[in-house]
Amino acid sequence: MKNMKLKSMMLAASIAALSTGVFSTSAWAEGIKVGMITTTSGGGAGLGIDVRDGFQLAVKLSGRTDIEVIVEDDQQKPDVAVQLADKMIQSEKVDILTGIIWSNLAMAVVPGVVAQDKIYLSPNAGPSALAGKGCNKNYFNVAWQNDNLHEAAGAYATKAGFKKSFILAPNYPAGTDALTGYKRFYKGELAGELYTKLGQTDYAAEIAQIRASGADSVFFFLPGGMGISFLKQYADSGVGLPVVGPAFSFDQGILQAVGAAALGVKNTSQWSKDLDNEANKTFVKAFQEAYGRLPSLYASQGYDTANLMISAMAKADVKDAEAFRAALKAADFKSTRGKFSFGPNNHPIQDIYVREVVKEGEVFTNKLVGVALENHGDAYSAECKM
Amino acid sequence: MSLILFIEQALNGLQLGVMLFLMAAGLTLIFGVMGLINLAHGSLYMVGAFAAAAVAAATGSFLLALAASMAAAAIAGVIVETTVIRRLYDRDHLDQVLATFALILIFSEGTRWVFGSLPLYLDRPAWLGGTVALPFGINYSVYRLALIGAGFAIAGGLFWMIAKTRIGIRIRAGENDREMIGALGVNISQLYTLVFALGAALAGLAGALIGAIQSVQVGMGEPVLILAFVVIVIGGIGSIKGALVGAILVGLTDTLGRAMLPQFFGLFMEASAATSVGSSLASMAIYLLMAAVLLFRPKGLFGAA
Repeated sequence: MKNMKLKSMMLAASIAALSTGVFSTSAWAEGIKVGMITTTSGGGAGLGIDVRDGFQLAVKLSGRTDIEVIVEDDQQKPDVAVQLADKMIQSEKVDILTGIIWSNLAMAVVPGVVAQDKIYLSPNAGPSALAGKGCNKNYFNVAWQNDNLHEAAGAYATKAGFKKSFILAPNYPAGTDALTGYKRFYKGELAGELYTKLGQTDYAAEIAQIRASGADSVFFFLPGGMGISFLKQYADSGVGLPVVGPAFSFDQGILQAVGAAALGVKNTSQWSKDLDNEANKTFVKAFQEAYGRLPSLYASQGYDTANLMISAMAKADVKDAEAFRAALKAADFKSTRGKFSFGPNNHPIQDIYVREVVKEGEVFTNKLVGVALENHGDAYSAECKM
Repeated sequence: MSLILFIEQALNGLQLGVMLFLMAAGLTLIFGVMGLINLAHGSLYMVGAFAAAAVAAATGSFLLALAASMAAAAIAGVIVETTVIRRLYDRDHLDQVLATFALILIFSEGTRWVFGSLPLYLDRPAWLGGTVALPFGINYSVYRLALIGAGFAIAGGLFWMIAKTRIGIRIRAGENDREMIGALGVNISQLYTLVFALGAALAGLAGALIGAIQSVQVGMGEPVLILAFVVIVIGGIGSIKGALVGAILVGLTDTLGRAMLPQFFGLFMEASAATSVGSSLASMAIYLLMAAVLLFRPKGLFGAA
């Protein structure tokens, strides 16, 4: 039965893979053709949809008609993402690829893409392997290196005077990166350190351990539904210790599902909807008008990614790879985050802020309360030899 | 580990177990009576949770939301049974798996189409919030305690129904000899629809009860489905009693494994290595349990020999 089940799963998966449609294959003379591989179905679709919407909004606002964006769904599967990348490069002849949300998909796709001398702009995933030894002149990360927000959480915890943190994350590469990042900037001692199963939904056992550990604060990195489950159960348990986390579990899309359980939690983010700069105000307003919802940090990353690309188009032709890369590296665009520049490994140098979850009217959202790290780069740039 | 922590973790394990039972009971009934492997059972769990979230948002009543979850899942179950599943009973298991896998995809995308791709909000009712002081100085979540109670009450009701009522007799007869009860004049296709709707309603109820402390999102059913399959394999396919014992065993093993294995390895290993080895072993624990049970009882604990 087990074997049969496996076989039929594989059959079903390959049918699904074959049937993913291609849109247009029309010849494209001028301008730029962007291939966006992102997650628009399944449990992680909210992130991909926000990146896509943010990106397309920036393209629309630029008024340029010479940008064609082809969006394809990777279903959060590395093998599907690799096939899509091949198709986009070979038959669609795209100039630039972007869109991937998940680090494991980025690791499967990006090395192959940049080796074919195509430019890849990452709107979300920033695995350490691509920031250090695996860095590449064709790979630009417009979001963050994966450790960044966790490092900022550690810095905030130290500043807030926490002495005994209990830390937990799922047992997968981004989870270990998260705890490593936190520990890099957290100066107190640890009351406990836990790795949970990826996709786990019941955290009763972990919460009981937190209660028994004598901790004075909790740091967690549990993206998506895992974070929603944890926060609801944590609030229900009455443990009540202060919670710190990266923005991923306190994102605009997720907060409404968590509800009051998240109120007052401090989280670290490179972006917030109330950041006071012109580009951000324009973005937040336009996004709400276009889509009827508040933007998330993923949407801001998609928006910034598109604006970076548009700024480079004004300076160089994408067919002149050398000049186009130099134009990208200059990062001469108005970021929604305010200050933004690239480090030697093409990863951002930026401020990372502390936000607090609040309720505005009927909507749960974040407000800025401080800066955790200023002009923060990443720990891997020294290993990068470009 | 202190005794208090151990008792608290055992309660957590019990709570996970009884909720798994609600899923596994339907799955094992459907397999036992109709011989059908229903991969879409997790989708019915999801339908229940979404229906509950929608009704709770509209009316603010948790009890109405629970009723809606059972009704919606049962209706979805009846529709699926009469249009698709009914054609599969005589086919082999590979066809059933393929068709019900397709149903998972249809349910998932259909739910996204109706509700959007962001997780929905569903909370436990205020009157089940907070913690209660138990003996030995344990502070335990009222809602989780209520889940344990509800789970056992439903299990009791199910056993009573199967042992004492006419429908229960027919279900048992259907498990033993399908052709014979048809020959005795029982409307077999009606019975099948009824069993399917019952299993679906239990799954929907589990989805709503669990959804209140977890994330109500597309794809929430599949991880539970896998656990439910482990439960019925351990308990013996087709046995309700096996489903209950298997569910509690799996719940306890999973929870206590997660709580104790990292500490156990910490006794003789360096802290971070112990955490990662312990966590990895803990996520395998229920599968090791399943393998061990199958080694000694190839048909599961209560499987018909």
